[in-house]
Amino acid sequence: MTEQIISSQTPDFVTKFPEWVAIDQRAGYQGFLVSADHLLEFAHFIRDDFGYDYLSSLTGVDYLQENRMEVVYHAYRSIGGSALVFKVQLPREQPIVSSLVSIYPGVEFQEREAWDLLGIRFEGHPDLRRILMWEGFEGHPLRKDWKEAYFEEDVKPFKNRWPDGHVYRSEDTNPFHDNVKYPSKFDPEKWIPEGDEALYSVLKKVKGEGDLKTDRIIINLGPQHPSTHGVFRMVALLEGETVVNVKPVMGYLHRNHEKIAERNTYLQVIPFTDRLDYITSMSNNFGYTLAVEKLMKVQPTERADYIRVMMAELTRINSHLIATGFLLNDLGAFFTPSLYSLEERELILDIFEAVSGSRMMCNYFRFGGVARDLPTGVLEKIKELVEERLPRKIDELDRYLSKNEIVRTRCEGVGVLTPEQAIALSAAGPVLRASGVPYDVRRADPYSIYERLEFDVVTGTHGDIYDRYLVRIEEMRQSVRILKQVVKGIPSGPIMSIKPLYQVRVPAGEAYGRVEGPKGELGFYIVSNGKPNPYRYHVRAPSFINLTSLNQMGLGSKVADLVVILGSTDIVLGEVDR
Amino acid sequence: MNGMGILRGMGITIKHFIETYTQDLKTKNRYYNPAGIEMRTKSDTSGIFTVQYPEEKIPVPEEFRFLPFLVYDEGENGQKELRCTSCGICAKVCPPQCIWIVRTNDPNTGRPIPAPAEFYIDIDICMNCGFCAEYCPFDAIKMDHDYEVASYERMHHHIYDKEKLSKPASYYAGIRPSNYALEEAARAEKEAAKSASKTA
Repeated sequence: MTEQIISSQTPDFVTKFPEWVAIDQRAGYQGFLVSADHLLEFAHFIRDDFGYDYLSSLTGVDYLQENRMEVVYHAYRSIGGSALVFKVQLPREQPIVSSLVSIYPGVEFQEREAWDLLGIRFEGHPDLRRILMWEGFEGHPLRKDWKEAYFEEDVKPFKNRWPDGHVYRSEDTNPFHDNVKYPSKFDPEKWIPEGDEALYSVLKKVKGEGDLKTDRIIINLGPQHPSTHGVFRMVALLEGETVVNVKPVMGYLHRNHEKIAERNTYLQVIPFTDRLDYITSMSNNFGYTLAVEKLMKVQPTERADYIRVMMAELTRINSHLIATGFLLNDLGAFFTPSLYSLEERELILDIFEAVSGSRMMCNYFRFGGVARDLPTGVLEKIKELVEERLPRKIDELDRYLSKNEIVRTRCEGVGVLTPEQAIALSAAGPVLRASGVPYDVRRADPYSIYERLEFDVVTGTHGDIYDRYLVRIEEMRQSVRILKQVVKGIPSGPIMSIKPLYQVRVPAGEAYGRVEGPKGELGFYIVSNGKPNPYRYHVRAPSFINLTSLNQMGLGSKVADLVVILGSTDIVLGEVDR
Repeated sequence: MNGMGILRGMGITIKHFIETYTQDLKTKNRYYNPAGIEMRTKSDTSGIFTVQYPEEKIPVPEEFRFLPFLVYDEGENGQKELRCTSCGICAKVCPPQCIWIVRTNDPNTGRPIPAPAEFYIDIDICMNCGFCAEYCPFDAIKMDHDYEVASYERMHHHIYDKEKLSKPASYYAGIRPSNYALEEAARAEKEAAKSASKTA
């Protein structure tokens, strides 16, 4: 029903601009092809006249055979509805396209990522440097003709494992030199890292507004810093004590998840998605299986859907507990609040362990269902948790922290993001909702059984750290509410709608599956060419894109606030760096 | 009044603090025994929550998975009969490709025999996803429960060979009783169907 209304609302761009917009007519593909020269015009048009104000995802695809690069955009209306997909096709030798940063500031990091990994140049981008790889790295790793160190074969399974699998350690075969590519004139002895200078010069570009007569200082927070919860670096430009510009530096944990996934078969990707945001592995599984199921055109069974939602909501509680606890850590409440929330998390992880076999790397979802049924006694355990313990403990956390004067003075009015800014910067999840934008994928573009469940989309009003905290607390209550309905309504029946196969057949085409993960919209863009391995696999990582708004939130605050602001965006470096 | 929020919050901390002692006084045998551990990991627990590893260990659930092992049935004379037929499905489904199998060939005919000549798992690379056990059609490879595998040498000792990977079916039945029962029932059914079709 909703699907029809939305699709009838999808504007007819082709009759409007017959010269430079065409429908993408490849089998299994959707959306529009826009000519590169008119991209800016088109973007203006869809944003201002048709309300597609939220550009959620940008990525590129390298079509080596056709000698073509393609930039894929997914735009949404912030009032909800399905995606407007548009693509720009570029020649592979010179992939240059105009940058959309002036229209959608939220694509800043995504364009940098596309430049870094695929070598697509975005003209007019204010700061087009590498973002995940190091400065001076040669090549663009997601291009199809790029090969990594220890390269064995293009796709798994590797031929030398069976039937003649004489074991060797890949380290033994490669004494470091072979597969590591340096630029042609590179001499590691004489190399001086120049990435930092480029970074600092961009950082210094901002004009000062203050009447303060003072030197500007650059402060590096990280890569090793307790506030970053991992290896992450914030470079702040200070005027006195006030932050006038912040740039995040990331990629320290980069492992090119997308390339790994393109080498894997469809099934083999599932355990790798666990390792994106390692706190919310169930949600990651969910998003990925949804995307592949869209391509395969299979539906999970009813019971599997209920189990999936149950696990996804437990994950949300789990993630928000951690976010809240460690936000307090950043505020200086050393570990007492985080340990209180870790206690509840531990009980949730016990359930995950009993169901999936692992506490964090769950690897539980399969195409068309879930790996195994709930073992006996687990449903009762979940019932006890959601009926008794979790509501009580969430209330306790609320009583414990919400009215605390120190928490309030540190958080209220700090790191403000207005609704307009939040939408423009493509913020997602609690960060977006705390700014007062009621956008939740579970309601805006419902998937699985969320349409049938009763819950509220929690929003804040001020868009500051305190509201983000409150939104998380309230979202946990809503998750408990969902869980109560799910536990009551779970039907019996099979858990797989198709025969469990280790080699699934995925028809050619593209699909974008998205779920509301605890950190925000988690999307998986997959291109299949009918082979056993995905041709292109892209993750729209919410923590990564939420960092785009870090600069906006940090302006005018102090260094100590910066730490808390980062804590309130709730990033997990496994997902940021991928 | 300013400061009340902090005081109320501190009240909760004090409550937690006192509770650890009242719980200890109320219940005996809370520590260093299975009943005590179970008490502390239940959903209505309060007081001290931590478990003192390695003196205390939380029992792992049946589905817990950590490193694969090969199941063998014990023959009449005590010989090990590996269930593995070296079909290679586990090696193909393995996401990090850490399984290596050499198939046995009949020396006379050159045809493959359904038994592995060599079977290696590089446990440094294994990501404990459990796919091999899940997709093995012969119930020949299963995930273990033994998670204490630390060693002093980290290069070649971490490539487990067939000898090191093999564990008896009785061990498997011990760690995963309900899965084992299900599989045995399915197998018995299959055998029954087979013999029925033979007689008919």
